[in-house]
Amino acid sequence: MEELQCYMFIVEFQNVYKVYNSRFTALEDVSFKIKPGEFVSIVGISGAGKTTIVKLLIGEEKPTKGRIFFNSYEVNKLKPYQLPAYRRNLGIIFQDFRLLPEKTVFENVAYALEVEGHPQRRINKLVPYLLKMVGLEDKARNFPRELSGGEKQRTAIARAMINQPQLVIADEPTGNLDPFNTWEVIKLLVKINQAGSTVILATHNKEIIDTLGQRVITLEKGRVIRDEQHGQFVLSK
Amino acid sequence: MFTSLYRIIKYGVQNFLRSSWLSAVTVIMMILGLIVFQSLIIFNVVTSSAVKSLQDKIDICVYFEPDAPEDDILLLKNDLENLPEVKRVGYISKEQALVKFKSRHAEEKIVIQALSELEENPLLASLEIKAFNPEDYQNIAKYLEDANYPIIKKITYTQNQLIIDRLIKITDVINKGGIAVTAGLAIIAFLVAFNTIRLGIYSNRRKIEIMRLVGAPNSFIRGPFVVQGILCGALAAVLSFSFFSPLISLASPYVTAFIPQVNLQNYLQNNYFTLFGWQLITGIGLGIFSSAFAVKKYLKI
Repeated sequence: MEELQCYMFIVEFQNVYKVYNSRFTALEDVSFKIKPGEFVSIVGISGAGKTTIVKLLIGEEKPTKGRIFFNSYEVNKLKPYQLPAYRRNLGIIFQDFRLLPEKTVFENVAYALEVEGHPQRRINKLVPYLLKMVGLEDKARNFPRELSGGEKQRTAIARAMINQPQLVIADEPTGNLDPFNTWEVIKLLVKINQAGSTVILATHNKEIIDTLGQRVITLEKGRVIRDEQHGQFVLSK
Repeated sequence: MFTSLYRIIKYGVQNFLRSSWLSAVTVIMMILGLIVFQSLIIFNVVTSSAVKSLQDKIDICVYFEPDAPEDDILLLKNDLENLPEVKRVGYISKEQALVKFKSRHAEEKIVIQALSELEENPLLASLEIKAFNPEDYQNIAKYLEDANYPIIKKITYTQNQLIIDRLIKITDVINKGGIAVTAGLAIIAFLVAFNTIRLGIYSNRRKIEIMRLVGAPNSFIRGPFVVQGILCGALAAVLSFSFFSPLISLASPYVTAFIPQVNLQNYLQNNYFTLFGWQLITGIGLGIFSSAFAVKKYLKI
């Protein structure tokens, strides 16, 4: 039955708690399920627990209590040596871009394929295609220090997409961007979702959530206070 | 397999070239460490030669009565040669002693004249005994004294015992001090080079974190750093050796003037490839060990 559950839902959090230093509770009894192909926004003010959910889902941290599933993986039980293979199923986008500073745009995007051992011919075909898709075909030879914030984030999105992951996780991807680039990034995430990938977007940007009109999970003080299919950005007063 | 290996090497070379500032600092610190290693090798060569020359100066001589039959002396020589402590025994007959004496005092006319006025050869036949270890002279002297040979007139050990003991102590101090200095400086040199590489990798910890998040396996993260370490170590070995060998050639005459038995120039020429090989092995080994060890810490995220 549990096996079946894992495959019906791409992501499942079961009564997850995360307590730091035995004092600060970042997440308290968090449970939700995400179906393949959904676009789910996790919202809440700073400190509500959005980034903690992302960290737990990508295996950067372990929950204090509870279980986390991604397809057949029980993420909370993964050993450090199992994490690289697990993470290759995910596309991860961060607020601070996390690009490799000494690699060009092309190399940053290609890196995700290279570590998987893809042949160079395939890499040379796929990377320019994706760079064109995110509008960076003329920046392939530039280093991250030569890019604007929006360009850096589009590079990070191209890197997240290159493996055609089943799940794309974006943690405050627009936090460092101007309004124009914010919408460019959101449009790309919608495009990724339309292409078949499940998207989890952690944000505190009300405008984005209200415009998307997709499923919204609202967090407050580490607890899920609302989970709506066509939600709005509403916090309790 | 080969694709991965090729990519690991490519990333390592790329990192080395693109983080040129960090690579340069690492290479410079490794050069300093390797120069200390090289200096220690030369220091050991000089001290062991100095000790050897001091030890070579120590011997004991047994002088025989003027009427001692040569056969009896040669018999004793044979006995001594059979002792395990004895390295070699040289026999100097009365006639040889006279020839030696004359050649040594050829400039001193009065001495030669006085000698020619004597009817008999006043010099004594002797045996020069060299032991393997300076500490053994006491045992050899004791052996001769206990045997109580009537043909023996005197043994120089008893006269020179104080000097021999002092020489033994000096060589002992040089040997032990050399080992202590070598070990101490080698540890310092190792720690300097090791920590420079560690600091370099510490500054890359965020990159390692990103690589982990992108799903790079540990071999793909560690590998390029190890390649970078190998490049830094090899370059440091080549540069330090190119700097050090002319320095040895320059210093050689001064060292020879101080300790005549030491010829650093010859030593360098005879051991050029061995020294360079050790330098290369040390540099590369240090690079591999330090990088692999330092990266390990950040592979748990």
